[in-house]
Amino acid sequence: MAGFDKRVASYQEAMEGIESGMTVLAGGFGLCGIPENLIAEIKRRGVDNLTVVSNNCGVDGFGLGILLEDRQIRKILASYVGENALFERQMLNDEIEVVLTPQGTLAEKMRAGGAGIPAFYTATGYGTPIGEGKEVREFNGRHCILEEAIIGDFAIVKGWKADRYGNVMYRHTAQNFNPMAATAGKITVVEVEEIVEPGELEPSQIHTPGIYVDRIIQGTFEKRIEKRTVHS
Amino acid sequence: MALTREQMARRVARELEDGFYVNLGIGIPTLVANYIPDGIDVMLQSENGLLGMGRYPTDDELDPDMINAGKETVTARPGAAIFSSAESFAMIRGGHVDLTVLGAFEIDQEGNIASWMIPGKLIKGMGGAMDLVAGAENIICTMTHASKHGESKLLEKCALPLTGAGCINRVLTDLAYLEIKDGAFILKERAPGVSVEEIVEKTAGKLIVPDHVPEMTFVDE
Repeated sequence: MAGFDKRVASYQEAMEGIESGMTVLAGGFGLCGIPENLIAEIKRRGVDNLTVVSNNCGVDGFGLGILLEDRQIRKILASYVGENALFERQMLNDEIEVVLTPQGTLAEKMRAGGAGIPAFYTATGYGTPIGEGKEVREFNGRHCILEEAIIGDFAIVKGWKADRYGNVMYRHTAQNFNPMAATAGKITVVEVEEIVEPGELEPSQIHTPGIYVDRIIQGTFEKRIEKRTVHS
Repeated sequence: MALTREQMARRVARELEDGFYVNLGIGIPTLVANYIPDGIDVMLQSENGLLGMGRYPTDDELDPDMINAGKETVTARPGAAIFSSAESFAMIRGGHVDLTVLGAFEIDQEGNIASWMIPGKLIKGMGGAMDLVAGAENIICTMTHASKHGESKLLEKCALPLTGAGCINRVLTDLAYLEIKDGAFILKERAPGVSVEEIVEKTAGKLIVPDHVPEMTFVDE
């Protein structure tokens, strides 16, 4: 590997260094824009006791849901879970710790983590169970709670196109949490549909600049649809 | 007669104004999009990162990378913008969304809302609801006025864990349209054929009833 070339040759190499007990940030919303092959590689490696930060936890048999099968996730921070029966069962049996986090707060926790902001105040969650035990301050007549930023040992991200230098573009609403996750990993791994030469992507259209990205790999994707709704 | 879900959506749609950016929650709020009045243009925001949500796709247009906050496949209308979750919630928290419509289990006379958690039942999460109620100035809650057993959902104080504190000022139930101000519900309109007495009986919180409470009208569209 030379200079800014972030390409790795295999999924095994892409997730080199992941260990049990680590914190993993994952992009995606529902099953849209999830790093499905990087998740599969985490399953293959069998690391466990993971803390996962992701808006959702996949479905039975797909996405992050496959990491539940061998109980690899110990704790998850998410805004909405339970689309999968296995997750429900593990949650009810206290086999997985769930920290429900408002969606905007979750996005901001990752954004702040990547931007070097250790914590922020927000009105979201004040007066609710989410605000319990958190520091409260009043700004412009509104009560706000202090929320801490999140950094991951790994961030796993799904992009559309990237160049060899790790500049990434996302496609449609598959963007979602991916750009924030990309900034907040100590090691950020991005899998994309196509890797191009530097100069082929319009610089002003880059969503995630390569400075945030450590490894990129080109993959093929199933892109499962969670709710197929069509116009007759 | 209590309002149907469609009538509730039609009533909410009358609050839309030309040029509004609007976030619609799941359920009855989603139906509001079917009743946008002629001659006005509104832009629907979906909190997964889409401003300008269009109709469902045809089979040919179906794209797994194009979904709404309900995880349904959708299209983007002309003039739409797509962005990250952080950008999306910056719009919401920053108060840039003109109107938010969402459902609730309970509302109280202080404008508190409970909509995400029933202790003892499976808790799936709040999604973006806490951000939406904390960030929006202009919110309409849609809900049934009372439970199937007749217990009021418009309360003096919410019993369920809150989604947000002091953030709701308008409620449309199947029986009435109400505003919340200075610690009380104010009855503004009643559903066709529903008496003021029935609304009073089914409202547990403090209710102010003006001398004249107009009946909603629905002309077949």
